[in-house]
Amino acid sequence: MDSPQENRPSSSTPGLDWARIAGSQPFKRLLAVKRMFIIPALSFFLLSFMSFVILVAYAPKLASMRVIGTVNLAYLSALFQFVLGWMIAGLYLMASEKFDRLTKDVLAQTDRGKIDAPRGAGE
Amino acid sequence: MTIALTVFLAFVASTLGITYWAAKRSRGASAYFAAGRRITAWQNGFAVAGDFMSAASFLGLIGLIALQGFDGIFYAVGGFVGFVAILLVVAEPLRNSGKYTMGDVLAYRLQPRPVRALAALSTLTIATLYMIAQMVGAGALVALLLAGSGIGYNTAVVGVGVLMTVYVVFGGMLATTWVQIIKAMLLLACTVVLTGLVLKHFHFHLLDFFGATSRIAYHQKGELVVKDFLEPGLHYRPPHGPLDLLSLSLIFAFGTAGLPHILVKFYTVPNARTARNSVVWAMVVIGSYYAMTTILGLGAAVLLGPDDIVAHSGTNMAGPRLAQLLGGDIFLGVVSAVAFATILAVVAGVMISASTSFAHDVWTNVIHHGVERSPRESVAVARIAAMAVGAAAVLIAVALGPGSNVLILATFGMAVAASANFPVLALSLHWRRFTTAGAIAGLTAGLAATLALIVAGPNVMGIDPPGAISRHLIQARPWFPLENVGIVSVPLGFLAAIAGSLVSREPGAEAKFDELVVRANTGLGAERASG
Repeated sequence: MDSPQENRPSSSTPGLDWARIAGSQPFKRLLAVKRMFIIPALSFFLLSFMSFVILVAYAPKLASMRVIGTVNLAYLSALFQFVLGWMIAGLYLMASEKFDRLTKDVLAQTDRGKIDAPRGAGE
Repeated sequence: MTIALTVFLAFVASTLGITYWAAKRSRGASAYFAAGRRITAWQNGFAVAGDFMSAASFLGLIGLIALQGFDGIFYAVGGFVGFVAILLVVAEPLRNSGKYTMGDVLAYRLQPRPVRALAALSTLTIATLYMIAQMVGAGALVALLLAGSGIGYNTAVVGVGVLMTVYVVFGGMLATTWVQIIKAMLLLACTVVLTGLVLKHFHFHLLDFFGATSRIAYHQKGELVVKDFLEPGLHYRPPHGPLDLLSLSLIFAFGTAGLPHILVKFYTVPNARTARNSVVWAMVVIGSYYAMTTILGLGAAVLLGPDDIVAHSGTNMAGPRLAQLLGGDIFLGVVSAVAFATILAVVAGVMISASTSFAHDVWTNVIHHGVERSPRESVAVARIAAMAVGAAAVLIAVALGPGSNVLILATFGMAVAASANFPVLALSLHWRRFTTAGAIAGLTAGLAATLALIVAGPNVMGIDPPGAISRHLIQARPWFPLENVGIVSVPLGFLAAIAGSLVSREPGAEAKFDELVVRANTGLGAERASG
């Protein structure tokens, strides 16, 4: 069934002091901890992918260097992108345990958070 | 061929059963548009994979690798890399701060009517480009699957159109999600078996297999050449090749995170945590799938040979024909049926994202100024939109006819997503100074530049020698040298969005940034699961 919430434009949730939450210590800490993981992880992955692209686009001789049998650097670097993506996903899952704990701290601080959280969950 | 038909009809029957079940369960707008937000992590992971792995990534990709070797493998890597950005920066904030569409997130801080109208325009453009690719694939497949039965391309396209319209109109997001889950499992199973058969041919000696791929003989412009298919540069050759590859990689890195039919999947789960876990599931499924397609493409190059592939029904049929060679007619039937299922599932996903965007962004928020319509009315509008979108896609696909590689066609849609959607989505979530003018400029510039450059580029413009099989739409020298437009259009989308924001000021949008950031990161006030 539709909760009454469904019929309200989602962009207006009055009653919460968003600026106060945004400026609070627990929230600042949550953002800082998240950024500390996300920015380096994303930059590293994009850097690795772009290095792979530049290798095969601009250094085809080097990319064609055979490493194991006839398997060359280009193919191994291609497979490495998959492995690296999975590794980052695994690390992110581990790191996100901490994000979830810090999010709880933010919600605990917000009275409305306690009231809002279970609302509609079982409908 | 009766086996193929049996498998295919069994799939269609079971998906129609799912649709009936979903139609009975589905009551209200959130049930129709977001499957009640009750999909679990593994289910959504497979559904995202089923939504993303299209005719392009099966039919198109294997053929491309079989003809272009490593330059085709590049697409396999590209299909995967976008999911890292989805995992780290898109899925959770999107789930926390939106309701049904990407437009929700943009409309949060900005003036809702213009940004929703443009977001819907770019969503519908991407949906159309994607759907054309799927329809062309479906038509080519049916020509192979039902060869001799008298059912041709046009009938196949209409058939796909009717089926997907039934899924979307009656079953909504719940039916679409389950069709995608089943399809992803079937496709993965098929790929595992086919990869096993290719490697079995080489007695599971990997080095023997790659040894064979290092000396593939075929004809190029009438001359017999022998090439190592793991070497880059078979297709992307100087002078423009390297830049084209760089351009393509930009589209891949950012395009996936801007695809509307992928983004809507994160509204079907109960919370951000499930959204996150579902991306990881999707990455496991999609990554292993693409890693295996490199073996399939190279296997087709070795076992069928590029000459044979070009001679027989073109690049899109290399995978099914490899299955026929290794597993006989029965396996060809199974693989073709699964490929058809793949197309149905993707088309249904694209179609529901398009009709949701029309009902929610255009009807409710642009035409009715954001006064929420009754759930009955918005679902009815979405159903009418779905029928209209389906009819339009069928007509365009019939008009275009079976032609170019479906992977190239789908890449156009992704280029629009990378150049128009991704910049405004990322800036809206992360930049306080972002304004409505910036969003309008970014969406317009990204969309217009992508489409204009594709039309002016070598995919559409070119002078064909007399008697060529596939002809360019415009017979003239291309104005833009690159096949892939990302290197110009992606930075342009970002620059326009940033410049538009800097020349305007929107205190309201800045004031609401705190609210958006808190919501996006904590899930406060996020949409809840419902029946």
